[in-house]
Amino acid sequence: MYELRGVTKRYKRGKESVDALDGVDLTIGDGDRLVIQGPTGGGKSTLLQMLGGLDRPTAGSVELDGTDLARLSESKLTKVRSENIGFVFQSFNLIPTLTAQENVETALVPLKLKVRERRERAAAALDSVGLAERLGHLPAELSGGQQQRVAIARALVKQPKVLLADEPTGNLDESMRDEIMDVLETMWKEHGLTFIMVTHDSAIAKKAPRVATIRKGKITVKENANS
Amino acid sequence: MFFTYLRRELRRRRKAALVVASGLALGIALVIVVSSVSSGMEKAQGKVLQSLYGLGTDMTVTKAAQAQSSTGERPRFQFDARGSDSDEEQSSDRVMVQGFQTLATSTVSKVGDQKGVSDVVGGLSLQVVKVSGQFRQGQFQQDQQSGGGGNQQGGQPGAQQSPEGRVEGGGADFDVNNYSVYGTDVTKPALGPLTSSKITSGRTFKSSETNAKVVVADKSYAKEKKLVLGDTVTIKSVKYKVIGIATPDSGDAAANLYIPLKQAQTLSDSKNKVTTIYVKASDSQQISAVKSTIQKNISGTTVTTSADLADTVSGSLSTASDLASNVGKWLSIAVLVAAFLVAGLLTSSAVSRRVREFGTLKALGWKSGRVTRQVVGEAVVNGLVGGALGIALGLGGAYVVTAISPTLQAEVGSTGGALGGGGPGGGGGGMGGPARQTASKALDVALTAPVALSTIALAVGLAVTGGLIAGAFGGWRASRLRPADALRRVE
Repeated sequence: MYELRGVTKRYKRGKESVDALDGVDLTIGDGDRLVIQGPTGGGKSTLLQMLGGLDRPTAGSVELDGTDLARLSESKLTKVRSENIGFVFQSFNLIPTLTAQENVETALVPLKLKVRERRERAAAALDSVGLAERLGHLPAELSGGQQQRVAIARALVKQPKVLLADEPTGNLDESMRDEIMDVLETMWKEHGLTFIMVTHDSAIAKKAPRVATIRKGKITVKENANS
Repeated sequence: MFFTYLRRELRRRRKAALVVASGLALGIALVIVVSSVSSGMEKAQGKVLQSLYGLGTDMTVTKAAQAQSSTGERPRFQFDARGSDSDEEQSSDRVMVQGFQTLATSTVSKVGDQKGVSDVVGGLSLQVVKVSGQFRQGQFQQDQQSGGGGNQQGGQPGAQQSPEGRVEGGGADFDVNNYSVYGTDVTKPALGPLTSSKITSGRTFKSSETNAKVVVADKSYAKEKKLVLGDTVTIKSVKYKVIGIATPDSGDAAANLYIPLKQAQTLSDSKNKVTTIYVKASDSQQISAVKSTIQKNISGTTVTTSADLADTVSGSLSTASDLASNVGKWLSIAVLVAAFLVAGLLTSSAVSRRVREFGTLKALGWKSGRVTRQVVGEAVVNGLVGGALGIALGLGGAYVVTAISPTLQAEVGSTGGALGGGGPGGGGGGMGGPARQTASKALDVALTAPVALSTIALAVGLAVTGGLIAGAFGGWRASRLRPADALRRVE
């Protein structure tokens, strides 16, 4: 699925420069579940941005099924994201003025489906995360856990190959955290997608089959025998 | 999704949207009010000019002004002194050509033959001064000390010392009536100063009455002189029958009395002469060209268009017109520019507050263009709302101006060759040398503020432009957003 070779991301701040990623090599197979951990400012978010095609590396290559995302034009990159990659964010990032169903539909807008099909798929996605009765609710009318489930439905409604989650339980309390992790794991298994998650939570990391740790831009990957 | 998102977003940011819309509304309302008031001023000026020219006249042709002769004739009135106890009234009329020198009637045809001239008519403006009253001689009173003598005929009032006696008693009691008369070509009723009046009593001239002794009186003059239909007006011992009373459509009438041209020429010893030729152009867009043609082909003439006359308009109408076109115009532009700027900055600011939202949409696969279109769409709707509010405000403002209908005064000053029609009772104008110009004429005009469809269309255009400008600000900002910004954490 993913093949990262010598990926470096350098940010310049005046005369100084900072390497958020420094020569990262990483392979992620189809259907893998990888947790990325590390201290704040270590490069976790930057790595996720590279994997999601949200940013380009300063050096190196990021191949997704043989296609180097670093070399694609902006419009092609956008197309790859719209069809193959689902995102779940720490702050949910739902559009506050759209209902739960409409928020899920936003992920299908770039696919140019007919309005009816788009609505039906959105409704089905919400049903799969247990929110069939909340289609017409605005985010402000939903709990944190419900909002994150809407975000998960939005990420998965287009049946992507990859699901990237950036601290999906970061803004939730413990009971909701478990609930969301259960949903994510279920979706991962049901859809057979590649699931990459950034988290500070050691308890979650322990359950993952592979854990990548990033410190000062350098990565180490461990297989988790206890997952 | 586009319209749903747009509608929800504008509803969420109602207050900010209202601020943007209000700014645009103010600018657009100002444009409408200033445009409609300017249009009203033009109309008012047109009415002023119409009252002088008559309906349909595009320009006048007069004789070019020449230097006054130092020995120019002045009218003289001679009366015989009657007996000291005489009640006999004497009167004397002087009929003079008013204002400028005269042109030959043949010039009328020459002007009519010029390219671009649709119709032409000549007219003769006269000023009549009638002095009437009683003139009695005094009585010579012998001085007793000097003795002798008898009554002497003498005309000087008051005591006059002489070695033999003095004249006492006698004197003059006279009235001066000064009025204007216009000789009109009765065969062409559609052109000339009489067209700016309506016959409100009686009838106008028949085309057969080219030399008839008939007169149409201006309503104000008729009221002053207590003239009614069928009455007789005597001018230089010629009796004219009042056949009609004319009421000017606006402002003052061109003359107190209107008579057939030939009669006016006879009264003033101006056979085959006219003072002013009224010209109608075939194409109102070619007036300047027609003016040039006439001036080029017919020497010794001065051609005055309504544009030339408009330049001589002064008074509160002129001041207000200048204010509307200068201050009003620039004020509208300044307010609009400010409104566009505020709209742009507020829209750009709103985009900055929605960085996470737009970054997320881009992360989900929305192209930059789609996100930009969303922002521009919201801004254009804001602009249209502002436009609707502005049009309502502007129409309201124009309605108020029209309802109040303030009266403005227009003073039309004399030009080198303008004003073929004189004013009633022209205060001494027209007396004296042949080249003396007419006095300026003051007219009161009510101001209106008509709103044309083109003004509404302009307002809508400005609203859309305002929205697009605001959208451009915000859209540019949105297009530069990186999807990675969506992953920025709130620490």
